[in-house]
Amino acid sequence: MALGIGCTARPGNSRNNKTGSWRVFYPTMDTEKCTKCGTCQLICPEGCINQNSDKTYSIDLDFCKGCGMCAEECPDKAKAITMKMEEK
Amino acid sequence: MTMEIMEGSIAVAETVRLCRPQVISAYPITPQTHIVEGLASIVADGRLDAEYICVESEFSALSACIGASAAGSRVYSATTSQGLALMTEVVFNAAGMRLPIVMGIANRAISAPLSIWNDQQDSIMMRDSGWIQLYAEDNQEAIDMHILAYKVCEDHNILLPAFVCFDGFILSHVFEPIDIPSQELVDKFVGPFTPYQKLDVNDPISFGMYATPEYYLEFRYEHDQAVKRAAEAIKKYGKEFGEIFGRDYSELVVGYKLEDADIAIVAMGSICGTVKDAIDEMRAEGKKVGLLNLRCFRPFPSTDVAKALAHVNTIAVLDKNVSLGAKGAVAIEIKEACYGSNIPVYDYILGLGGRDVRKKDIKKIVDLAEKGEGDMFYGLREEVL
Amino acid sequence: MVDRTIENFDCGHRACGGCGASSAVRMILKGAGKNVIVVNATGCLEVFSTPYPETAWKTPWIHSLFENSSAVASGIEASLKKQGRLEKEKVLVFGGDGATVDIGTQCISGAFERGHDFTYVCYDNEAYMNTGIQRSGSTPYDADTTTSPAGVCSTGNKLPKKDFPQIIVAHGSPYVATATMAYPMDLMKKVETAMKTKGPCYIQVHTPCCTGWGYDGAKTMEIGRMAVECGLWVNYEIIDGKLTTVKKVKRVPVDDYLMAQKRFRHLFKPVRNDAEIAKIQAIADKNAEKYGIDIE
Repeated sequence: MALGIGCTARPGNSRNNKTGSWRVFYPTMDTEKCTKCGTCQLICPEGCINQNSDKTYSIDLDFCKGCGMCAEECPDKAKAITMKMEEK
Repeated sequence: MTMEIMEGSIAVAETVRLCRPQVISAYPITPQTHIVEGLASIVADGRLDAEYICVESEFSALSACIGASAAGSRVYSATTSQGLALMTEVVFNAAGMRLPIVMGIANRAISAPLSIWNDQQDSIMMRDSGWIQLYAEDNQEAIDMHILAYKVCEDHNILLPAFVCFDGFILSHVFEPIDIPSQELVDKFVGPFTPYQKLDVNDPISFGMYATPEYYLEFRYEHDQAVKRAAEAIKKYGKEFGEIFGRDYSELVVGYKLEDADIAIVAMGSICGTVKDAIDEMRAEGKKVGLLNLRCFRPFPSTDVAKALAHVNTIAVLDKNVSLGAKGAVAIEIKEACYGSNIPVYDYILGLGGRDVRKKDIKKIVDLAEKGEGDMFYGLREEVL
Repeated sequence: MVDRTIENFDCGHRACGGCGASSAVRMILKGAGKNVIVVNATGCLEVFSTPYPETAWKTPWIHSLFENSSAVASGIEASLKKQGRLEKEKVLVFGGDGATVDIGTQCISGAFERGHDFTYVCYDNEAYMNTGIQRSGSTPYDADTTTSPAGVCSTGNKLPKKDFPQIIVAHGSPYVATATMAYPMDLMKKVETAMKTKGPCYIQVHTPCCTGWGYDGAKTMEIGRMAVECGLWVNYEIIDGKLTTVKKVKRVPVDDYLMAQKRFRHLFKPVRNDAEIAKIQAIADKNAEKYGIDIE
């Protein structure tokens, strides 16, 4: 592959870096409890939370670093996300 | 061809207009100021449809050129001396980003001590920045090299920025007869700007990413290769230039009475005119002296230099700069180019900070070279030391 | 209306887990709309998002140097204007607080004076985080950083946080705002307003940094809210030089906000430093008075 002149690259390449390997804790989503507010999707620093066709959300563990912001910010009435220890 | 008598800086400004830059960004500094003033009034008078960004420093001048060039515009800036020094970080960055920026340099000395007068220390200090560096002997060359520079820099096989260097005051403020080419011919030669890549929401790219140790070496290699390729591009387009405008630039080094010379003087810029006159007089006295005028310092035409100087028995290099603690930058390159030839290369640091260099000085230098005396500051006023 | 479906910042970047800046950037890009060209100063964001060839940016992006982003943006804006592209494409700068309030000040002043049509977002994590938590002009009073360390003879950063938004206001900017990633809707709306406002606009965004400030990354939003609730960070909008909106709060003492972060731990251990905490409380009180943030 030739180098991008001027140190340039096209979008999409960061996905080659699977940051999920950084994780110590992983989030689990209880779609039954989810109120579909979208807070987790909006605030995730990775942008790795995606909306499903039924409007619930799923977390892409290829990229989730396990920071826990989504679990922390999931509204009290839902508390649909729980962090669990990775078993390695 | 119609010759007009005009000031060098104004001739440069008028020529830049013919190259149709879309964004101009520059900051005033002596002795470059007349160029930016000239361009400002050209834009103000509607003679060039360009955005003129009145920046707050040279640092921003070149930074704005980076942005405008990356967004797809042909750009121009000009500076000198302290302005160029202030730009340093941006100079290296622009080259690494491979943006075809053309910048005029009205060569001037570097502080301290402060000096507004001419030498070539400013552009020389940027020799490792990855810009093309062309040096004009007179104002005709200064304007021709601007046109040529756009053609070379914007070639998608090159993609480099270029300095067009012309001596401050000695050229920038001197009125000479000059042929300003027609718009039609410049359009024909330079053509519209077709960026290799640009910032565009329809085709997003990330521009100026950082390189880890796995890539940095390769980026530098490719940059170096591009600067080296520029030598052939200058020759090719310099020849084309000659066919269109009647003045040939197909050579990076130009000899004057060099073919049968015993002693060769090597120089860059306006001093070459003085040297030629001195050579004429020395030839009349029977001294076989010739000149090698370096039109291009980066890429450095080592092979061309070695070939042109192969037959002489002494080389005297005139350096309007000094790498303090070593030699003049030109002499260092000439020694490298002539390595293995056993031709002695003598270096003369002269003309710094606007010290006048006359025909008699050139003759004295030839006498010194003949005696094997060199590698010195020439023309020191011993009485003040 | 902010289009929340816009995702111009991709997965796979190398920000710390729980990074406030990274979260903020996703929101800001939603507020900025689809046709945005980003100029990024050297710093955390630039480094964690673009090691060649792995770019996280899905919109045109350029990085030149640390201190020249506003000047680069000036050139881009001029070029777009000349090409007739400025109606559709907008220029957005991201600079950290060091790139903004310290090293980039001259270029910013020039660009705001010239009046280019662009928006400058300072993501303010209150120190040089990319180089390892050194003090900047935006570091708050008494914060412990690696160049303003707390010690026997020091209570941390000796100087107050520079009020940079007011410097921009003095340039005659049509829109200056402060925001925090802890209030995403407010942040996105402010970015949208700035992008739609002609001329040079400025938003300073509070972006807590779990690594530099010393707290659990899961708490980034909470730390952001606490800063607002105690009055050490004020969210406001200044339109054409006039303060138009302010986030009002039922203000709480600064103690909890300080105690939650390692950078202020020296104010509580081994013993509580009442005098210094009082000085920080006074900063919050002054903010409250100046901007009228207290809910009576």
